Amino acid sequence: MSEMTAKQVLFEPIFSNNPIGLQILGICSALAVTTSMNVTIVMCLSVIAVTAFSNLAVSLVRTQIPGSIRIIVQMTIIASLVIVVDQILKAYAYEISKQLSVFVGLIITNCIVMGRAEGFAMKNGPWLSFLDGVGNGMGYSIMLLFVAFFRELLGAGSLFGVTLLTPVNEGGWYITNGLLLLPPSAFFIIGLAIWGLRAWMPEQVEEEDFKMSRHTHKEAF
Amino acid sequence: MEHYISLLLKAIFIENMALAFFLGMCTFLAISKKIEAATGLGIAVVVVLTLTVPVNNLIYNNILREGALSWAGLPDVDLSFLGLITYIGVIAAIVQIMEMILDKYIPALYSALGVFLPLITVNCAIMGAALFMVERDYTFGESVVYGFGAGVGWALAIVALAGIREKLKYSDVPDGLRGLGITFITVGLMSLGFMSFSGISL
Repeated sequence: MSEMTAKQVLFEPIFSNNPIGLQILGICSALAVTTSMNVTIVMCLSVIAVTAFSNLAVSLVRTQIPGSIRIIVQMTIIASLVIVVDQILKAYAYEISKQLSVFVGLIITNCIVMGRAEGFAMKNGPWLSFLDGVGNGMGYSIMLLFVAFFRELLGAGSLFGVTLLTPVNEGGWYITNGLLLLPPSAFFIIGLAIWGLRAWMPEQVEEEDFKMSRHTHKEAF
Repeated sequence: MEHYISLLLKAIFIENMALAFFLGMCTFLAISKKIEAATGLGIAVVVVLTLTVPVNNLIYNNILREGALSWAGLPDVDLSFLGLITYIGVIAAIVQIMEMILDKYIPALYSALGVFLPLITVNCAIMGAALFMVERDYTFGESVVYGFGAGVGWALAIVALAGIREKLKYSDVPDGLRGLGITFITVGLMSLGFMSFSGISL
């Protein structure tokens, strides 16, 4: 880990070690906010900020924390940062913070933040940890923006609230696909995105539980 | 009474924590390979939710809420910004206490729940339920029912998914979709099934 360069630390999590696609982290609070791009971008920026600064803070105090209480210290740092983000959003972007409702608070229990603090920041210096936080936040954001792009474009015919495909009920031609605004579609899109990512990088494919044996009897055909 | 029953059914089916709000997804996907493990985790989540939501409700209504401290002679104090850090503290503390009590008095259940108890602290379903309780302004009675219902709904979803995944491992899934990918699509289909409850109004 020590010979990793800053560039690797920053860019590795985006595709080749994506927190959502490979590490199964942080899916929790994420999917419900992907119905429109505006809300998603705000959520992504919040997560990047919290991950980066919590990594930085944990890394700065890492030699001072006794091992037995490190989880609670990390939790306190993360919770304080999330409160700051929450208050800023309430002050400057009230509408969006209403739409995000409980999901800003849920950044606290987002496994990415905790996982990176515990897995990376406890062992590395402040600068690398900060970059690792930004990198993982971006890996998460790419997945989220990808999902939000399809959900908003196909579900509502718009991007960032600007109508691109005029829906039928506004006199246009595009029949909106309401399913994409509902929860199940997020699961489908992520599932397909993981498929695409693994087709591109076959080393991420998981091992089979059972291998299919070849047919040995003629009757099988 | 009718109000509580409809709240319970709503929490279990219509607003299912896992399938409608995506809460607790990490554990939901990670611990759903075997039915026994999923059942253990499900029970633990029900118990923790039934305890933490009402406790957080009491703390919010009596200490944090704007004007709630008037009994202490401080009618203008609004501590609601401390909410997030308080809830997570309360959840962590209750999980820890529960672990100690179970270890001492019901060792069988303690060993059955095993590693799942500490995991629950960072389960977003627990935190999410506390935040929803605050946002929707539930009373104490409602919060007990809501906590229990949300837990049962989540447990139901994870046991069902574990059942499907146990069968799924015998099927021939395309390479890139194997494991995580197909699980997501399965959960999507389950969520589609659960949406059929959304037409029910009680």
